[in-house]
Amino acid sequence: MNAVEIRNVSKVFNAGRPNAVEALVDIDLTIEPGEFVSLIGPSGCGKSTELRLIANLLEPTTGEISVNAKPARQARLDQDYGMAFQQAGLFEWRTVTKNVELPLELKGWDKERRRARALEMLDLVKLSDFADHLPWQLSGGMQQRVAIARALAARPSLLLMDEPFGALDEMTREHMQAELLRICAETSTTVVFVTHSIPEAVYLSTRVVVMSPRPGRTKVVIDVDLGAERNVDTREDPAFFRKVTEVREALRGMPIGGPDDMALEP
Amino acid sequence: MRRSPRSIFQAVWPPVVFGVGFLVVWETAVKVFDFQPYFLPAPSAIWAEFQQNTTLIWDATKVSGLNALIGLLVGTALGVSMSFLLARFRLLNDLTTPLAIGLNAVPIFVLVSVFNKMFAITSEVPRRLMVTLVVYFIVLVNVARGLREVDHTQLELMRSYAASESAILRKVRVPNAVPYLFTALKIAAPAAVITAFVSEYFGGSQNGLGSRIVSNISISKNAAAWAYVLGACLLGLTFYLIAVALEGVATPGGVGSRGRDGS
Repeated sequence: MNAVEIRNVSKVFNAGRPNAVEALVDIDLTIEPGEFVSLIGPSGCGKSTELRLIANLLEPTTGEISVNAKPARQARLDQDYGMAFQQAGLFEWRTVTKNVELPLELKGWDKERRRARALEMLDLVKLSDFADHLPWQLSGGMQQRVAIARALAARPSLLLMDEPFGALDEMTREHMQAELLRICAETSTTVVFVTHSIPEAVYLSTRVVVMSPRPGRTKVVIDVDLGAERNVDTREDPAFFRKVTEVREALRGMPIGGPDDMALEP
Repeated sequence: MRRSPRSIFQAVWPPVVFGVGFLVVWETAVKVFDFQPYFLPAPSAIWAEFQQNTTLIWDATKVSGLNALIGLLVGTALGVSMSFLLARFRLLNDLTTPLAIGLNAVPIFVLVSVFNKMFAITSEVPRRLMVTLVVYFIVLVNVARGLREVDHTQLELMRSYAASESAILRKVRVPNAVPYLFTALKIAAPAAVITAFVSEYFGGSQNGLGSRIVSNISISKNAAAWAYVLGACLLGLTFYLIAVALEGVATPGGVGSRGRDGS
């Protein structure tokens, strides 16, 4: 069973109107369980749109998307995936624990079971000491860890992430990347990860999907065979640099700037 | 959020010194320039009047205060209910927004005269209606914004959880609107008091703070009029402080006053 299967998908915003925008064309992508796939490309290449199509927050104009062998819509209704965004999007009136409990609340779990799972997730992201804090009392990196704990609270097999570390400083970012790999290994979660950063994509991924803009399409898919065990040494490995160069070469010559992915949303 | 006695003292002494200094300058100016009582009475004279007429001022305060309170409660209830309806039915929102803008442009106090014609001459209802109307708009505008202007990421998250509209309302929109409601109340509470006694300038029973101020001025008892102004000031301040205290109870830790994370 494939974790994600995208077949012949295209997405046109404002279809049939003068301001129609072709966001994605001819997208095909199959992701197997346990893979870590990054989508990378300049602004306007449709990578965030592609992630939202998998999440069924947007409907494709043509083509089919399935998650865990179900239509994407059914997978969303079943909460088959967890999601994290660039903004942590924590609810500022809820404590850290209550934030992690939210998806479980919506699933109708009872209070004790919710609480137990939330504390377990906070342990996983090493924030047990902050269970009763309010979001504004946490640093940006800690908030993002809460968001990851929340995304994984219902134990989804798939994690969808839209530039989750984009707003963090470089050192926090590298720390968070290592933490994410550890968490995904412990929970054997499949990840689809949107990023702007080439080293980030290479360090995290088993495969990097390089996309080009206007209209957004897949340019090339690069396998990253750096092994399952990645640590600080990986970042200094010549094989790592070779892959960074390969991705950079693939991105070379693409127009940069242009409308942001988000701006294309209706 | 607890503050040490020392920091409270540091926050309090500058305005206290300023206030006392202001009163001293006022008192001295009246003495030195020999202002006549009909022009500007001295603070000491106003204070004397205030002490002499405590019972009368208290009675007038109760009348105006009750009008303000009833208007505040009814106006808040109506404003909150209407903002929920507007959040639920977009069409209603589109229909009523121009009307609300139009009504806001009416110099609102002229309506008191209209209301006075509708009810008995001794009725307090026109004044309460007036307060209700003023409070209603303040609460409606703010709470409707709180229900509507929800963080985009939070909405996408809720949709990714397949949350129903009613779950989004309960778990996101309502909590999001709570700080907006208290912001509205902090504006509306003193405004209710001001409206209650300005409404008294337009006729009706001569029993509230506003009408006492007018009648005392008309017989040149300026110091007495100022004593009633002092009463009105204390009443408005009380309303405001109650609104602030309620906010503290409802949003412990100052959640409402904080900005969002990163967005």
